[in-house]
Amino acid sequence: MSALAETSLSEAIPRRAWTGWHVAAGLTAFLALLPVLTLTAEATRGSAGLWSHLAGTVLLSALADTMTLLIGVGLIAGCLGVSLAWLVTAYDFPGRRLLEWSLLLPLAVPTYIVAYAYLDILHPIGAVQGAIRWSLGYAGPRDFRLPDVRSLTGCVLLLSLVLYPYVYLTTRAMFLTQSANLCDAARTLGMPRRQLFRRVALPLARPAIAVGVSLALMEALNDVGASEFLGVRTLTVSIYTTWITRSDLAGAAQIALLLLVIVVALVSFERWARHRQGYAAGARSRPMAPVEYRGFRGAGLLVLGSLPVCLGFAVPAGYLAVEAFKRWQFAGLSPRLVDEALNTILYAGGATVLTLVAGVTAAFALRLSSGRLSPLFYRLSTIGYAMPGTVVAIGVLLVVAPFDRFIDGTAKQWFGVSTGLLFIGSGAALVYAYAVRFLAITAGSADAGLARVPRSLDDAARTLGCTAGGALRAVHLPLTRTSLSAGALLVFVDCVKELPATLLLRPLNFETFATHLYGEAARGTYEEASIAALAIVAVGILPVVVLSRIGRGA
Amino acid sequence: MRQMLLGLTALATFAAVGQAAADVNIYTTREPGLIQPLIDSFTKTTGVTVNTVFLKDGLAERVATEGESSPADILMAVDAGNLVDLVEKGVTQPIDSQVLKDAVPAQLRDENDHWFGLSYRARVIYAAKDLDISTFNYEDLSDPKWKGKVCIRSGQHPYNTALFASHIVHHGAEATETWLAGLKANLARKAAGGDRDGARDILGGICDVAVANSYYVGLMRSGKGGEEQVKWGEAIKVILPTFRDGGTQVNISGAAVAKHAPNKDDAVKFLEYLVSDEAQEIYAKANYEYPVKAGVAADPIVASFGELIVDKASLSEIVKHRKTASELVDKVGFDS
Repeated sequence: MSALAETSLSEAIPRRAWTGWHVAAGLTAFLALLPVLTLTAEATRGSAGLWSHLAGTVLLSALADTMTLLIGVGLIAGCLGVSLAWLVTAYDFPGRRLLEWSLLLPLAVPTYIVAYAYLDILHPIGAVQGAIRWSLGYAGPRDFRLPDVRSLTGCVLLLSLVLYPYVYLTTRAMFLTQSANLCDAARTLGMPRRQLFRRVALPLARPAIAVGVSLALMEALNDVGASEFLGVRTLTVSIYTTWITRSDLAGAAQIALLLLVIVVALVSFERWARHRQGYAAGARSRPMAPVEYRGFRGAGLLVLGSLPVCLGFAVPAGYLAVEAFKRWQFAGLSPRLVDEALNTILYAGGATVLTLVAGVTAAFALRLSSGRLSPLFYRLSTIGYAMPGTVVAIGVLLVVAPFDRFIDGTAKQWFGVSTGLLFIGSGAALVYAYAVRFLAITAGSADAGLARVPRSLDDAARTLGCTAGGALRAVHLPLTRTSLSAGALLVFVDCVKELPATLLLRPLNFETFATHLYGEAARGTYEEASIAALAIVAVGILPVVVLSRIGRGA
Repeated sequence: MRQMLLGLTALATFAAVGQAAADVNIYTTREPGLIQPLIDSFTKTTGVTVNTVFLKDGLAERVATEGESSPADILMAVDAGNLVDLVEKGVTQPIDSQVLKDAVPAQLRDENDHWFGLSYRARVIYAAKDLDISTFNYEDLSDPKWKGKVCIRSGQHPYNTALFASHIVHHGAEATETWLAGLKANLARKAAGGDRDGARDILGGICDVAVANSYYVGLMRSGKGGEEQVKWGEAIKVILPTFRDGGTQVNISGAAVAKHAPNKDDAVKFLEYLVSDEAQEIYAKANYEYPVKAGVAADPIVASFGELIVDKASLSEIVKHRKTASELVDKVGFDS
């Protein structure tokens, strides 16, 4: 059915407008793909004996660990995200409004921070185990201690605690808008209320759940910091070891490409599995009428819903606040923090705008055209998210640095002045890297949002004389505002938390909260780092608040 | 088109002005806050501004791709292997300075003068306070009597691959594989975390001995890492271990001059300043390391470990075996 609509659309639209979007999407895809291409070139430079070494040693266990991590985080974060999204849309209870947005708070806590915080809190000499020993009457940690957090299980649980909001965010947006009409229809047709979730809402939300889970999985896959603290050896860690410890960039690029193939295969499989299903909503949606619970049962729901917020946000953030307070009393605030705040917000903000524009371009071109190229462009644009940040950073470096050298060389030859490194020196390379890395998020949210705008509205707008761009401005953007803001929020927070690309591509004397945090951690002054860590978390909270307001208005 | 040209020219002028001043630019894999006091005093006496950027991984790649346009003058790194990487990537140049050669002992610098050590640290044993031992051989780490009692960070960390590479220099690859497998069997927990976790886990009763770098003891006991860490530092005693046929394994923090350094003279001047008696004392003490220059005193906490006998294997020799060491780590499943 949707194929039919697409054909009629492409015939109706003047050729020129279609071409403009097509070219823009092609360009976006090319720029996003460029770092991957340079890495592929790097990978072909060969790496003698790497694969036979890996195959004979860590490849199997690294693959097994990687898959366990992915399945574990996918299941736990997926179930948490979906059930919490259903909890706050299908039920009304005291404190629901508050819970609705505070469930996003764990987003503000980077994986490396949650790992570090829990390692400390749950350490045998920490307060929790101390209290347990005291209550059980054990004298010291040598007599009794809990299982070590440093394990694959610990890693899966901790990552799920901070990654479930990706699923919650995308799924809740879907429940809020799409499901309401159909849930009402199902009710009218006599479906019992308790079956709505399983038979109507869940199947309808599948694209959103898929987007959310794959975002969470790629975050988990690309994590290096938490794995380092918790001793989990995934393929990502093998990439790192091959490059850093054995100085074999070509080999590291080869493993990164293998990882990319695995991710692309997984994502394609999910797309293929629902390729026959269409998801366009028929009519303008309105919010679902939730069931009200008051008193004891209402409070029960609130407590249940607050648990993930406590574990994923309140505990680590509280821990950081205590550590930061200690530090503040000891040494005061560093004046560098103001500069770092400006850098952090400016560059993350710039990258968010760029990523949003590119994401909307990719998704809108996909909607406009019926050819095979646009879907290809769209997928290629999102490839950077499937690669570890360190690897993307190297790819961007290999693209930008030669370009900078070319400009510098030309300027010297023609005008006799040196431009230095224009893109790296100005931090533009960093913004580019952020965009490559996180384009999948905005493109995904734009695509998910557009999928819910009925095709008939496009046709109506065009019949009334709008150009494709005009229709986008007047019809699609207002209707997809919720999903786009969600995407922009995720990108902003991700840029603030981003570490490896920031470290590698920044100009001289340039610090953000994340690099400050890393620097202090490298020096071992964790308490001072806690102030920067708290700042990252705080910056992450701001857009959560903003988003909650937008979400309420929609 | 004209507008674009104008814009480019404006950008170019802006960029050129930004870089014209007589600055020394440092790319470092070491947190620059450590040397900030030295940078400040250098700027005060010479009027030369020092800019820094702290890069974690990929310093060599960044300088190499920036090529002749790179603003980098000095490349600083921890671990001899990283410095050798810089030389092998062709991003350094020889430094012709008698001052540096006089100050830095031969085994702590490059034989072709591409890099110089500025401070060094030992890979030592942290032992539980009540443990009745006062000497230790690295070879003992695989002794079954330590089963379930040893803590160490990831075997792939450069600090460990350097130690394992030293073991290869002393005993060969085959014996090292057996040794590593024995050490792996002795681990009390996963090979993960940092060196300080060794001290914390000894306090927490997870292990009895840990392999770690010497300077962390200073960072912990001095209180620079906060109150908690003082307790970790006080829970352990430090033993300077040796190879049976040698001394204690050490590694360096060091510096090289970039091949396309725009301000080479000032860069060398800065390095020469860093090996002056005054700077060596501050530089080494900032991070509780051993000064490379003879006659400069180490911090009292470091001095309290006892007399350090540096192993005779040269850093350049050790670095040659680090790839084998890293592969052996995978082979015995050290980190899994």
